[in-house]
Amino acid sequence: MPDNQTVKEALNKKGAFGEDIDLERYEDGTNAPEFVEDLQDSEYQRYMENVGVVSDEINRSGTIMFIDNGMSHCSAKVQEGLEILSLKEALKQHEGLKDFMWNAMDPTKDKYTAKTYLDDADGYFLRVKAGHHIKAPVQTCMLINSNKSAQRLHNVIIVEDGGSLEIITGCSTANHAGDSLHVGVSEIYMGDNANLSFSMIHSWGKQTNVRPRTRCVIGKNSNYSNNYVILNPVGSIQSFPVADLGAGSSATYNTMCIAHEGSDIDSGGLVNLNGVGARAEIMSRSISMGGKLCARGRLVGNSPGVKAHLECRSIILKDGGSTVAIPELEAHVADVEMTHEAAVGKIARDQIEYLMSRGLDEDQAVSMIVRGFLSGSINGLPEALQKELDAAIEQANLGD
Amino acid sequence: MTEMLKIVNLHAEAGEREILRGVDLTINEGETAVLFGPNGSGKSTLLSTIMGYSTTKVTEGEILFKGEDITEMTVDQRAKLGIGMMMQRPPNIYGVRLGDLLNATSGKNSGIIDDAPKFKMERFLDREINVGFSGGEIKRSELLQLTAQKPEFILLDEPESGVDLENIDLIGSKVRELLYDGHGCGGSAQRHVSSLVITHTGQILDYIGADRAYVMKNGRIQCSGRPADLLKDIKEHGYGECAACQTIKL
Ligand SMILES: Nc1ncnc2c1ncn2[C@@H]1O[C@H](COP(=O)(O)OP(=O)(O)OP(=O)(O)O)[C@@H](O)[C@H]1O
Ligand SMILES: [Mg+2]
Repeated sequence: MPDNQTVKEALNKKGAFGEDIDLERYEDGTNAPEFVEDLQDSEYQRYMENVGVVSDEINRSGTIMFIDNGMSHCSAKVQEGLEILSLKEALKQHEGLKDFMWNAMDPTKDKYTAKTYLDDADGYFLRVKAGHHIKAPVQTCMLINSNKSAQRLHNVIIVEDGGSLEIITGCSTANHAGDSLHVGVSEIYMGDNANLSFSMIHSWGKQTNVRPRTRCVIGKNSNYSNNYVILNPVGSIQSFPVADLGAGSSATYNTMCIAHEGSDIDSGGLVNLNGVGARAEIMSRSISMGGKLCARGRLVGNSPGVKAHLECRSIILKDGGSTVAIPELEAHVADVEMTHEAAVGKIARDQIEYLMSRGLDEDQAVSMIVRGFLSGSINGLPEALQKELDAAIEQANLGD
Repeated sequence: MTEMLKIVNLHAEAGEREILRGVDLTINEGETAVLFGPNGSGKSTLLSTIMGYSTTKVTEGEILFKGEDITEMTVDQRAKLGIGMMMQRPPNIYGVRLGDLLNATSGKNSGIIDDAPKFKMERFLDREINVGFSGGEIKRSELLQLTAQKPEFILLDEPESGVDLENIDLIGSKVRELLYDGHGCGGSAQRHVSSLVITHTGQILDYIGADRAYVMKNGRIQCSGRPADLLKDIKEHGYGECAACQTIKL
């Protein structure tokens, strides 16, 4: 663990990608937000539901919510093998956690991780004990409720050997808190033969800057899937989660985003295929509505028998923005099979006209194709996500 | 008789080449016209131009539908007026499932989804339209979509080509139902829907009958006649020396 002085020096370190954010511009969000007993009877309900977090918690194993920098709700159905806690509480209960965390993520990575580290930021702690399969998803929600404030959270997820978990994370800003910064550091630790599906749905304000920092360290023969959805206008997002795969493990990243005018989205991910026979797939589908879009993907093959594919597809519906696809493959041994595919352009005219020949007007035809294009990146889209996707496509007014 | 479709001196380009070079053609209400012609003569281009696809560009002439000039209309405007088309080679529509399109065209409660088995398409409702469909599957899918749409005037581009002997009955009878208002049997069927049908083999004519046939060559309607006569002629002599052209004056 680096000493505090070293981490302090990292406060000036810009992120590897994306526009630099002046941290001084924001005040610290409160550590003690209002505590919400009943999600269904809360003013935050609509923000949550917009990002796939259901307030009735039916078919959910539990919910943990953060408003600004503090926990404001935590409910868990009693379930053997599952812990849902705030990180602060978890540190009290698990003595070893203090030394365990900040291993997957280097606090000196950049100014965002450094500040989160130095803050001793709270966040959620999810743990699945060895051999336990948690059937219903756990939902986590992060809401920014103060304008001109910075939200900084540090989340730790542990899925032990043979465990499995599904997480749905919704992030949002209250209408009055659009000019804000979100930094979410997530460390994920997976043992052997473990499964984790992690879906993030984001809906921010038009000026919100978002800098998630995620790293997942995975043992042997485990499966990790990471879905990321952002469909509404945002100031800027720069996200580049990293996964390290042990032998026989696999990682799948699916990204679905719309870059509206004024939005700057730089998203992607890196998978280090370290173990023999590791597999990875990075899929990104994006739409530019006049915003700035950069889809990155990087696959690094370090062991024999590695198989990986990367796909970046982007449809440009409106001029005025820019779209960049940067697929990268890197191999350090001969016995690998790594491929990539990238395509940027408009929707083929003949496809639109085909649907129009069935009586759909141009807007309907375009949004039907766009909906299919975007949801094609995620297999078996959760219903909440499908609804959210439809609503966003409706709002986006795609046929211009 | 009311004119359903009237094409006057139509010239159109595709890929910067003039393909249609002065087409004149009139189809009356309730009439089925059949279009023969050698490969590359411009038959599909004519149908695409009537539907309004932007792959072709009209440079001269006009297309009237039920008396209204549709030459400049968009594809969906034409579809809403009642024109429907079965393409020879429809594009793959990635990401759009057949069932979703059917619901969008005919409304969720239309029962069209329940009709899918009659077209042997029930297993295709969740598939992306045309993606990986076989030749015969594409035809059945196109017919199911047309059935959802209920057009008044149907453009059929080689509906039977690539269809095996077992399925030809299905295709034939579904085309028949489209033209004869559902359940036409024998001579009592009432035909309301008009159509223009391209065929090389004439097999589809066993199911629908046709009122008049035309032969297209080099982007023009070369001659016309009774469907059976023209077909026999083409089968015997090919398109090279069309006896009909010598005998029939347009
Ligand atoms: N977009 C295009 N660019 C260039 N040439 C084109 C284009 N579309 C059609 N053509 C040409 O126009 C001619 C007529 O094509 P069309 O498809 O209309 O023929 P067809 O009569 O339907 O033939 P077939 O019986 O083989 O289906 C062909 O020579 C074809 O190559
Ligand atoms: Mg043709």
